[in-house]
Amino acid sequence: QFRNFKIIYRRYAGLYFCICVDVNDNNLAYLEAIHNFVEVLNEYFHNVCELDLVFNFYKVYTVVDEMFLAGEIRETSQTKVLKQLLMLQSLE
Amino acid sequence: KSKEAEIKRINKELANIRSKFKGDKALDGYSKKKYVCKLLFIFLLGHDIDFGHMEAVNLLSSNRYTEKQIGYLFISVLVNSNSELIRLINNAIKNDLASRNPTFMGLALHCIANVGSREMAEAFAGEIPKILVAGDTMDSAKQSAALCLLRLYRTSPHLVPTGDWASRVVHLLNDQHLGVVTAATSLITTLAQKNPEEFKTSVSLAVSRLSRIVTSASTDLQDYTYYFVPAPWLSVKLLRLLQCYPPPGEEIRPAVRGRLTECLETILNKAQEPPKSKKVQHSNAKNAVLFEAISLIIHHDSEPNLLVRACNQLGQFLQHRETNLRYLALESMCALASSEFSHEAVKTHIETVIAALKTERDVSVRQRAVDLLYAMCDRSNAQQIVAEMLSYLETADYSIREEIVLKVAILAEKYAVDYTWYVDTILNLIRIAGDYVSEEVWYRVIQIVINRDDVQGYAAKTVFESLQAPACHENLVKVGGYILGEFGNLIAGDPRSSPLVQFNLLHSKFHLCSVPTRALLLSTYIKFVNLFPEVKPTIQDVLRSDSQLRNADAELQQRAVEYLRLSTVASTDILATVLEEMPPFPERESSILAKLKKKKGPGTVMGLEEGKRERGPDINGGPEPAPASATSTPSPSADLLGLGAVPPAPAGPPPSSGGLLVDVFSDSPSAVAPLAPGSEDNFARQGPCLPPTPDPGPVSIPCSEQNLGPPVQCKVTLPWFVCKNNGVLFENQLLQIGLKSEFRQNLGRMFIFYGNKTSTQFLNFTPTLICSDDLQTHLSLQTKPVDPTVDGGAQVQQVVNIECVSDFTEAPVLNIQFRYGGTFQNVSVKLPITLNKFFQPTEMASQDFFQRWKQLSSPQQEVQNIFKAKHPMDTEITKAKIIGFGSALLEEVDPNPANFVGAGIIHTRTTQIGCLLRLEPNLQAQMYRLTLRTSKETVSQRLCALLSEQF
Repeated sequence: QFRNFKIIYRRYAGLYFCICVDVNDNNLAYLEAIHNFVEVLNEYFHNVCELDLVFNFYKVYTVVDEMFLAGEIRETSQTKVLKQLLMLQSLE
Repeated sequence: KSKEAEIKRINKELANIRSKFKGDKALDGYSKKKYVCKLLFIFLLGHDIDFGHMEAVNLLSSNRYTEKQIGYLFISVLVNSNSELIRLINNAIKNDLASRNPTFMGLALHCIANVGSREMAEAFAGEIPKILVAGDTMDSAKQSAALCLLRLYRTSPHLVPTGDWASRVVHLLNDQHLGVVTAATSLITTLAQKNPEEFKTSVSLAVSRLSRIVTSASTDLQDYTYYFVPAPWLSVKLLRLLQCYPPPGEEIRPAVRGRLTECLETILNKAQEPPKSKKVQHSNAKNAVLFEAISLIIHHDSEPNLLVRACNQLGQFLQHRETNLRYLALESMCALASSEFSHEAVKTHIETVIAALKTERDVSVRQRAVDLLYAMCDRSNAQQIVAEMLSYLETADYSIREEIVLKVAILAEKYAVDYTWYVDTILNLIRIAGDYVSEEVWYRVIQIVINRDDVQGYAAKTVFESLQAPACHENLVKVGGYILGEFGNLIAGDPRSSPLVQFNLLHSKFHLCSVPTRALLLSTYIKFVNLFPEVKPTIQDVLRSDSQLRNADAELQQRAVEYLRLSTVASTDILATVLEEMPPFPERESSILAKLKKKKGPGTVMGLEEGKRERGPDINGGPEPAPASATSTPSPSADLLGLGAVPPAPAGPPPSSGGLLVDVFSDSPSAVAPLAPGSEDNFARQGPCLPPTPDPGPVSIPCSEQNLGPPVQCKVTLPWFVCKNNGVLFENQLLQIGLKSEFRQNLGRMFIFYGNKTSTQFLNFTPTLICSDDLQTHLSLQTKPVDPTVDGGAQVQQVVNIECVSDFTEAPVLNIQFRYGGTFQNVSVKLPITLNKFFQPTEMASQDFFQRWKQLSSPQQEVQNIFKAKHPMDTEITKAKIIGFGSALLEEVDPNPANFVGAGIIHTRTTQIGCLLRLEPNLQAQMYRLTLRTSKETVSQRLCALLSEQF
């Protein structure tokens, strides 16, 4: 779980989500940040699976940008993020 | 599909895209997007992409969201900052920022935040703060702008000066939108770490925000409630921001402080409440906040009540079934253990922690348990903890063994009450994990045994017993060889460990050992020759054997030849002098500690540097037999280091041992031909000879190696020099004055080094020595003037010849005048030429001492001073100081072993004055009583005053 930074990870079936943070950052907070992110993905893609993420990689980037930016947490409210994502999707 | 097939498919696709881009027809936006997106996908699969950038940039100016988005994504992922496209990209971003279309603004901001290059910082550092604080900016843009600014600040802090927007950013903490608050908190935390002053108003805002969150009902915050925990991430961030500041002052802002304490209490209370959900997400989020609150409590370290509560809470987690929680609890407790308020509370959990060490399945958790045990250790539980760590060591993972070994070694030393326990512990350590015992550890045990005569006999006995094990680690052989060589005589009375038995035991291991160990053993043998004349023939036989004298290794061969010769040629007296016991090692920071620091922190480069320097002496002084001269020279610390600061050459032992002496000073054996004629010259030259003048070394080295002395400082350090001959006398922004001096009898020589620290010349540089009329009759100083210009960064040297005519009290003044730039500078410092420099130590037996003590019994001859200790009362430091003062330190003279007794003669041109001194420490009262008796009243007074300042 460690290196010069530390890596916090969580496994969802076959998928690992990793996040790399400073050694003195709050472990649990980022562990839950991952979960929060996964829940959003799940909601957005309706039962997310690996293929969703591969084929819609550019959408995943958008989700990441909504929730994490410049290495910090940007938005934590799932409703707000989803609202924004749906708005963006309607533009396509 | 095979790898080849994939590559083939991709190359085909790349060729296709390339031809499309190169084609004559202009592509429409949609197909451009399609192909750029494909390129991106190929890149993400791990293939190199070397074209398509231009097309991506074109996409930026599209008005369709999807096209723009792919364009930005491509750029964020793939564009390198030195590309010439950067100007075009920046232009596109500028347009989007100004577009007032929130979606486009968002894309542009995210692109800046993701790339964060220097060029972008230059282009947008002015723009983004405006967006951030403008009243009409959308919330989502504010969020992005805040983090964007943070990113730019991190890449190029100098390009993002905190301006008048700072205070408005702080007020974002009050924003309605919690997403904005979250982003702003991250930004402020980073900025506040650099300029706490400008953002200190954020403290009260953060506290009130936090308080509103923790007291809210779980439904109040709606969107921001995560598994019944109100805004966990924001709470964590606010707590983290508060850790940039000291606790709010009791007097200045009692309300803020009260409110914060309330918040922290609420968080601790919530941890006790039954969980509102069984989901792990709920407890994780709750505990994330709790742990952050605890680290704030630890950071403040001011509320004993909260600290103890935090500790109890963590204690509960130690037995929690979640591995993550146990891990984190151990980690936080480590920090708590170092607070004086909670150290005791942490100690109550010792049994649980030990149990964790034994039963925990996860290595990283066990590692934390070891860390915590190390942190909670003190005198009261050291024996238990060390024992547990030792037993854990037998089964510990290989990756952490070395660290545990270091920790055990440090704890055992630091908290040893009974040094036999210390010796046992270290020997156990070598037995259990010999491979992981680094050199520092076994050097240290030898230093300690040598410095403490009460354990020497025990140590000899114990190593002797340990060596009897059929298989023992090479490190044990090293320690054993060294200790028996020094103190084997202490157990030789017992027929079971007679000299011959000792020798045979060691020699039975000889063939199994590596070259350095064999070399050490050879030194041990020659020491045996001195200690036990009866085994001399046996040892000579061993040395004479072909396997030694014709050993392929030059070092072993040289030692064998020299030692054999030494044992044949030298008289017993000479042997006894050359092979005398090692002198005590000067106290300094444990090299083990330095090593642990090195293992731990990549950031402690300084510490590492020191560690290296400190190991030098251990190696030099370590396995070699020291020449007798080291015992009587006035500053043992300097000559063990062999860094050029060699004290006046003592009257060396007769020529036959010259080769051996040189050996000690030169690391490479080939440098000196064994017993070469004239090698004693070599030694003599090494004594007073100084390093070449332009070397900036001599001034800086002496002060960094001593832990007695203060680090470089700007004021005069006269008392420090009483027991030292070398160091930095004076330092300010412009000038550094370093000293090296040597004294013999009533004569002395002082080298003064003037270092110009600036890059500008000093003009009219004139140092003058000023003695009062009275002083001139007692002390004669002669010197030559120095060159009046000192170039920038250069160093000049001045030699002062000193003669003590009769005893004196004042110190001469060194006055320096020079021009720097346009201004005239004048510096005056006292030169540390004090009466005690003309001390010659005299060794004498107890009887003689007391006889002379009685002879000097008239009241004018005795001066006594009782004073409070100014420094920690450490025996070894005190001894070093007395020796540094110049007198001999007489062991086993005073019936009370705690007292220090010294004797010496002050040499002046006119007379010689015998001096006796006695220092009686009183540990309870932290006081000393110092008594001096000399044949002259003024001398007694002066010496007493000088020496009193030292303790």
